[in-house]
Amino acid sequence: MKKEKNKKPIFLFIGRNDEPIFSKKNRKLLSDPLDDNNPITVQVLGICSALAITVQLKPAIVMTMSVIFVMAASNVIISVLRNLIPNRIRIIVFLVVISSLVALVDQFLKAYAYDVSKELSIFIGLIVTNCIVMGRLEAFALGNGVWKSFLDGIGNAIGYGVILILVAFFRELLGSGNLMGYQVIPDFIYEMGYENNGLMLLSPMALITVGLIIWVQRSRNTNLIEEN
Amino acid sequence: MLEQYLNLFVKSIFIENMVFAYFLGMCSYLAISKTLKNGVGMGFAVIFVLTITVPLNYLIFEYLLSDGALKWIGPEYAELDLSFLSLIMFIAVIASMVQLVEMIVEKFSPALYGSLGIFLPLIAVNCAILGGSLFMQIKDFSGVSEAAVYGFGSGVGWFLAIVAIAAIREKIAYSNVPAPLRGLGITFIITGLMALGFMSFMGIKL
Repeated sequence: MKKEKNKKPIFLFIGRNDEPIFSKKNRKLLSDPLDDNNPITVQVLGICSALAITVQLKPAIVMTMSVIFVMAASNVIISVLRNLIPNRIRIIVFLVVISSLVALVDQFLKAYAYDVSKELSIFIGLIVTNCIVMGRLEAFALGNGVWKSFLDGIGNAIGYGVILILVAFFRELLGSGNLMGYQVIPDFIYEMGYENNGLMLLSPMALITVGLIIWVQRSRNTNLIEEN
Repeated sequence: MLEQYLNLFVKSIFIENMVFAYFLGMCSYLAISKTLKNGVGMGFAVIFVLTITVPLNYLIFEYLLSDGALKWIGPEYAELDLSFLSLIMFIAVIASMVQLVEMIVEKFSPALYGSLGIFLPLIAVNCAILGGSLFMQIKDFSGVSEAAVYGFGSGVGWFLAIVAIAAIREKIAYSNVPAPLRGLGITFIITGLMALGFMSFMGIKL
């Protein structure tokens, strides 16, 4: 009988392939979604619930944290179950797992951060159908190990959050002169005739801001330019 | 009475347009709007699924989940409030309806299935569908017919949006867009401009 080479204790399936926990490949899983493979600007996933909540920084940050939790947890769960899920009903299984996690987040926010939860209204619930969660489950967690899926979930959620926070930063700063609800543009600038740009508070500006972010990103990273 | 339905219908198409006012269903809106034909197919699928799922979820919410809804079983159930289950319930209904629609289309119209086949699973994760049900829960409609009108109207609004952007994208293929903006970037900006246009409907009081 062949003896198993790997004598290390298997903790949560991590040490199974003799690969260090933070090998180069695993680090790439975390860093790729930040730029080269950003879920919003490159994969076009998860835009639905992203744009409506970027008027202010605070809901955007809460949303990012909720998505990080949901993505990491659902990626891990699906990756554990990946060999047990029949292919035909996988979407329903995904939805059940995600929606239980989202219901958890929703109830948690209602209990501990009621006003933010009121502000986010249905958009926490819409994490369920946030294509980014579903897309990563389908594309990654269904075919990869637990630790890798966990990193992929965290990485993509952070990549999503970076864009969200960036958009919210500009919209709150230019639209109302505040950040996190505190005034940052000093009074004397207003006295010199500066006005807040009310247009930034309107929802269409979220789309245009993302468009401009894409423009900047692709000018820097020319590999991402589309043919047409 | 009829007037009230008409108001709700117009309101859900233009003033509360799923795409331009709430950004719902953006993922499929951006991914499938490259050609007009696909856009139209996806738009019809969304109208269909929304018209079915919103009234269905209304009934489920009203008679099973909301506060005191279970009174019809017996007085001892009157204090139950299952509304925290609404999210899971709604998504289960949507996912199973989508599966059903997929089977029906496959059976009765293989040609349509051939062109729509890949979009149908996507509908389950189209936020516009779940959004319709969640807004229905917030809006507190007075009857199932109102919920049905709202679902249908939201679907038509989404259909209009995707057809408009698909037509624009077909034309824009011939223009000289700055290279980094090509594709996704310019689509975002055009959608933003269209949304600005749709904001003018907000002045209408119905």
